[in-house]
Amino acid sequence: MDLILVNLIDGLVTGLLLFMLSAGLTLIFSMMGVLNFAHASFYMLGAYFAYQISLYLGFWMGLLIAPVIVGIAGAGVERYGLRRVHQYGHVPELIFTFGLALLIEEIVQFIWGKNQMPYSPPEILQFTLFSIAGNAIPAYKIFMICMSMGIFISLLFVLTRTRVGMVIQAALSYPKTVEALGHNVPLVFMGVFGVGTALAGVAGVIAGPVLGTFPGMAFLLGSIVFVTIVIGGLGSLWGALVASLLIGWITTFAASYNVAMADILMAVGFEQPIDLSESAWRDLWSLTLPQIGPILPYLLMVLILVFRPYGLFGKRDV
Amino acid sequence: MRNTTTLGLTAALALSVSATAVWAENIKIAFIDPLSGPFASTGTNGLHQYEFAAQTMVNDKGGVLEGDMFEIVPFDNKVSPKESLIQLQVAIDQGIRFVAQGNSSGVAHAITEAVEKHNKRNPDSRVLFLNYAAVDPALTNDKCNFWHFRFDANADIKMDALTDVMAENEDIAKVYIIGQDYSFGKAVAAAAVANLGEKRPDIEIVGNELHPIGKVKDFTPYARKVIASEADAVITGNWGSDMLGLGKAIIENGFSGPIYTYYAAGSGMTGAFGETGKGAIRLVSEGQVNPPPTDEAKAYYEAFLAKYPDGNIDQARISNVIGMLAQAINEAGTATDVVAVANALEGMEYDSMWGTKIYMRPNDHQAIQNLHINAHTDEGVTFDYDNSGFGVVSESMIEMAGMDSPSTCDMKRP
Repeated sequence: MDLILVNLIDGLVTGLLLFMLSAGLTLIFSMMGVLNFAHASFYMLGAYFAYQISLYLGFWMGLLIAPVIVGIAGAGVERYGLRRVHQYGHVPELIFTFGLALLIEEIVQFIWGKNQMPYSPPEILQFTLFSIAGNAIPAYKIFMICMSMGIFISLLFVLTRTRVGMVIQAALSYPKTVEALGHNVPLVFMGVFGVGTALAGVAGVIAGPVLGTFPGMAFLLGSIVFVTIVIGGLGSLWGALVASLLIGWITTFAASYNVAMADILMAVGFEQPIDLSESAWRDLWSLTLPQIGPILPYLLMVLILVFRPYGLFGKRDV
Repeated sequence: MRNTTTLGLTAALALSVSATAVWAENIKIAFIDPLSGPFASTGTNGLHQYEFAAQTMVNDKGGVLEGDMFEIVPFDNKVSPKESLIQLQVAIDQGIRFVAQGNSSGVAHAITEAVEKHNKRNPDSRVLFLNYAAVDPALTNDKCNFWHFRFDANADIKMDALTDVMAENEDIAKVYIIGQDYSFGKAVAAAAVANLGEKRPDIEIVGNELHPIGKVKDFTPYARKVIASEADAVITGNWGSDMLGLGKAIIENGFSGPIYTYYAAGSGMTGAFGETGKGAIRLVSEGQVNPPPTDEAKAYYEAFLAKYPDGNIDQARISNVIGMLAQAINEAGTATDVVAVANALEGMEYDSMWGTKIYMRPNDHQAIQNLHINAHTDEGVTFDYDNSGFGVVSESMIEMAGMDSPSTCDMKRP
């Protein structure tokens, strides 16, 4: 029972982290139709920039400055890269962002090398806030939760309660009309791209110290972010939130409980072969839940695509 | 920084190729390991240690035989067995008789097979395989051959040493084993279970699991299970980011016992563990760096740092490879007849500057040497890793570890 509570908290942390990445991606995708393969690379850039800044000015300045730099870099990519490629259609855009992802990874290795970076949480957050049955909950985890919650609420506020948010929402559905009304739609696109990448940057800044800051970090998260926005529904902030939390909890719980396939099969009424090594079903019998945990989100995505192609909260087809 | 290294390497490669024609008497050692791609830092660091060892231990002392110099020729294999075989052929075609490789047992298997075939078919241009880091036990057991020499302790010997130390620790009653889901992770787990069952049957193994290699984003759920199992110690064979992620998650979520590892140092990992790893991380390895066992080792490390300020000597065995090869060539009186050199290496007893005697066991060509259980700490560290102030300090030593370990090797001599 105690472990369930601990897992709920851990899953929440993973989920909210994923949300910060998918929120930006889903906005960019729904607005421009660009599948931004480089999104996770901006997350990595956030972590590296923050690490570099933290060497001189401390963690908090890193948290403040690094996302801004990443956001500006993102806006620059949109303004001078994507906008030019956009006219040639979606495939060149796809290739452009894919190339960008490779380029960023190489640049990071070029500057910082291939080793792990010693990027750690700030001193004042390096203590155990409370324990549940011997399981320590570090203060930094709670800080991560508060941070991402704050970002979600302010994002929701901006998008639904302010004038800027309304223009963005309008530009999402009727860009031509919004342009005719005198709004600078390319600027809106650039802004959204910048903010989206900055969000990924924030995620990198706060995730770097716990998940490790190394050149492979973008690759590790890259595919799962796409899964999240497909499950949540394109362009839906709520969808991104729900899907992220769902994936966070699914992967956490799957890794935590050693449910063996053999138990399930026997419960259903199958009989275990006496000599497993000879049986053709050996792999199936020896499967455990933690082993298949990492593929569960992908399974969920396939099911969603089959039964609800527009995602949990989306309004249009993928 | 890295690009200068690569540039330097390319230049060195080009130079060495052109230099071949001029000084034909150089004794060349092909270094076949990753110099690009994800494991480039490991390979490049190893290459630096080889070049430094050849320069300091042999060339500066007047070379071997009658002034013949050692020369390390780097080949990039991208940790691919296929690529390695191509590079091996290139090396052989250049007239190189000694091949050094270490990263990945998969590659080592490919090379050892290829070398055996080549030597059988081409008795005039035989080569020796100096394996300095691939630790799959099979290489000195079922798959052994006369041309292969392993200078690192194999995975079974290391686990034997690790469990010797664990068995003496009365505080350990429950052990959790976790590793990457592939052959090496499974071998480590099997060796741990077998050794603990034999030495301390009272120890309960409360967890034995494998996780997907290189796919886990967050190790927290695994850490929770370790803590929920009330384990007193953890054993893992993890390496790279899987090692760092697992170690950090376990410690940060409230585990306070020792974590016994194979590869939790160097390549930025020591720096990244920093304060959190202190008192928890233990490593089994050959070669004692802290405290420096001899004045010679101290001077050697200092000279290395003067040349590579960002480098680590995290593979002390590399200097043993060079030292033992030089001694064997001198004993054999030839560098071209590799059978004579191999015979001299076989059964050699070598005094390493790292404070150990090394015995090259003749029946399987497995080097037997002192193994150390090191602790990750910042106290008593003469030579730190990653310029972090933290390093590994020897806590206990197992003398001539695995001296009587069995081997199924059936060696066929030429």
